[in-house]
Amino acid sequence: MISLSSQFPILVALAPLMAAPFCALFRGNTLPWAMTTIISAFSFYVSLSLLFSVVASGPISYELGGWAPPWGIEYVVDPLSGFMLVLISGISTGVLLFARDSITKEVPAHQLGLFFAAYLLSLTGMLGICITGDAFNIFVFLEIMSLSSYALIAMGERTDRRALTAAFQYLIIGTVGATFYLTGVGLIYMMTGTLNIADIASRFPEIEGTRPILAGVGFIIVGICIKLALFPMHVWLPNSYTYAPNIITAFFAGTATKVSVYLLIRFIFTVFGPNYSFAGLGLTDVLMPLAILGFLSMSAVAIFQTNLKRLLAYSSVAQLGYMVLGIALASEAGLTASVVHIFNHAVVKTGLFLSVGCMFYVVGSTYLKDLQGVGRRMPLTTFGFALGGLGLIGVPLTPGFISKWYLVVAVLEKGSYFGYALVAALMVSSLLAVIYIWRVVEVAYFRPPPEGTETQEAPLSLLIPTWIFILGSFYFGIETSFNVGFAKTIASFLMGGA
Amino acid sequence: MLLLIAGTMTVLMVRNLFVATMLLGIVSFTMALIFISLDAVDVAFTEAAVGAGISTVLYIGTLALVGSQEKERPKLALGPLVICVLVGAILYYATYEMPEFGHPENPVQTHVAPRYVEESPTEIGIPNMVTSVLASYRGYDTFGEVTVIFTAGIGVLLILRQRRRKRTEAEKDAKDTPLDENRGGKGSSLSGLGSAHDLVPHVIAKLLIPFIFVFGLYVQFHGDFGPGGGFQAGVIFAAGIILYALVFSLDLARAVISEKAILFLISAGVVLYGGVGVVSMLLGGNFLDYNVLASDPIAGQHIGILLVELGVGITVTAAMLAIFYAFVGRADLIEEAAQRGEN
Repeated sequence: MISLSSQFPILVALAPLMAAPFCALFRGNTLPWAMTTIISAFSFYVSLSLLFSVVASGPISYELGGWAPPWGIEYVVDPLSGFMLVLISGISTGVLLFARDSITKEVPAHQLGLFFAAYLLSLTGMLGICITGDAFNIFVFLEIMSLSSYALIAMGERTDRRALTAAFQYLIIGTVGATFYLTGVGLIYMMTGTLNIADIASRFPEIEGTRPILAGVGFIIVGICIKLALFPMHVWLPNSYTYAPNIITAFFAGTATKVSVYLLIRFIFTVFGPNYSFAGLGLTDVLMPLAILGFLSMSAVAIFQTNLKRLLAYSSVAQLGYMVLGIALASEAGLTASVVHIFNHAVVKTGLFLSVGCMFYVVGSTYLKDLQGVGRRMPLTTFGFALGGLGLIGVPLTPGFISKWYLVVAVLEKGSYFGYALVAALMVSSLLAVIYIWRVVEVAYFRPPPEGTETQEAPLSLLIPTWIFILGSFYFGIETSFNVGFAKTIASFLMGGA
Repeated sequence: MLLLIAGTMTVLMVRNLFVATMLLGIVSFTMALIFISLDAVDVAFTEAAVGAGISTVLYIGTLALVGSQEKERPKLALGPLVICVLVGAILYYATYEMPEFGHPENPVQTHVAPRYVEESPTEIGIPNMVTSVLASYRGYDTFGEVTVIFTAGIGVLLILRQRRRKRTEAEKDAKDTPLDENRGGKGSSLSGLGSAHDLVPHVIAKLLIPFIFVFGLYVQFHGDFGPGGGFQAGVIFAAGIILYALVFSLDLARAVISEKAILFLISAGVVLYGGVGVVSMLLGGNFLDYNVLASDPIAGQHIGILLVELGVGITVTAAMLAIFYAFVGRADLIEEAAQRGEN
């Protein structure tokens, strides 16, 4: 028998995949959850060791079925995909610690086996997308991730029947996005004769001027942007996040859209190459206005929301605008900022949604009108939320500040007037974030709680995971060697490798 | 080709959903014919079995639940129309500068494919190259596709399987769904959609079903040599059981293969496929490397492909049945509630 570590690349995604069928057969409250958590933690461990071995000795390639690429399918771990694997499996594990008591309130017990099977499949999909080196394989895993996420979002129906329409809307839009992606891959296959990403990239310069390639690139980018919920293709996201079960919202907020950002970076920088994407295609002119409009308008819309989950969902669309802005700057600094923000926002937003999950556990609602005075009823939870909110705004010592700092640095590289205007836009958006977070704080602390309610904290099994994310976000805001260090490595790898 | 365009346009215009479903079936068959004329026999087979076969049955099952008339005539939406025309125009634009169809110098023919064509007989040793590519060279994609089917099955079960649903909710649903004449007369109750007293369908079905199963087995195990394989065979099997459920009743079909068994089978197929991969890892190869399964690589490839195709077949059959049962089972709930409402 050969050493286990040489099989690590496949084990990351295979472990949750193979666990899912067994999980679907389990019954009871504890067993499916326990299995899912252990498997997710295992993937996290494997991802970490993969990332460190990539840093130590360069990218890893794994040939599935023993067939050499481009004939077979290849798994590739480079700094970017390793980083994403760690992020996704880490967030998933943290959310699962929270899940046990939270989900029993929202999903009937006899469905839990299937529910966690779908959760594992969704995790498989995300990990598979990030680790694979094959454009068609990405589509297959995109489908696994999407189908399971439609089902998971629909499971919010016990709380609010609108979860079903939200899931249906996401299904239709998501399917359009996936079809666009597949059409694009088909066109590129027609012109290059290969599906392997590295192989496409090496053959790309010969044919990059042709019309089918132009159309194919367009289809792929639009398809990914639909999945990414880039403004104005974001309509599905607020509904899905609002009506999904709380742990699902927390899990997806930290991972699902980030996977799409990963795909965007992967295609723009690795497959098409920055020269073609920006100089040849002028993607900056397309992505940047959408990103700026996105974060300005969505931050403004977030102010007027009456449901806390929906408010945070709009804020997520705005934050995705920052990430896309970083990509659109087409510079190493911009890419660094984007990757840093993927990480920081994932940690902060998951923490925020988990604290909302605590509130739901006790209050039974996420509407602001029902959360009046929640600061006095649930002091620890609300304090956690407020700290997370500071991180979202970007106060110094929080991770939000780090991301914005790097984004501003990258923007200023762009030259004087244009750069100043962009910085001003970022400032306005941050001020809007102050307003929408302040609205929540005001409702929570300065309104009296309803008559007859007592101080009642969420159980420790919910509070501890929430605070892990909140404190973790401060850790990464102060000690930045992990997130910023890796982001710099990734950016120079992608820009240099092109 | 013209038939295809006419078919899809009519689907858009027709207001009766039953007619639209039938037209979609015709469109699928036309697509299958086009695939055959393009020499893609395996794809044509799949399109005929899945697109024209199972999907049509599932559509009809849904129509039995919701009625077949559109509620209101939708207005012509301008925005989506513009987007559709734009997308079509981009695709048309891309057809210029496309390599000439079927030309041997095309990138598709010269880069990766030659190895499949020239070496798969010696590397894998089965005549059907499509199966070689699907099950071995790109076996992991196929594993992913099986997982997609599995996910779909899980998703449908999660959302629709409400056995312990509250009665009141079921009643509410029944009120929301108006009964209409398309439900059939009193003779055909929705439970099983079965026609309990009709002799002709009973006899015909009894004659047909064994042949369907035998054909399914042939397609399943003959995929190495001719067009076919687990996906098509799974659908054919499922069609046989669904025919049984339609003609006799859902309850009898449930007696043949219960819902618990279905859930077990959906999972078993994925585990079988993945298990082959895990075994090949334990024997020292990479995931899904069939060469190590036997002392002779070609024998290993044979065993591997046979087993994974079986896994595909099992999962596809069970997932199709799960979806069918879930839809029809819902009809039962509504029917029950409606009857209680009348009493």
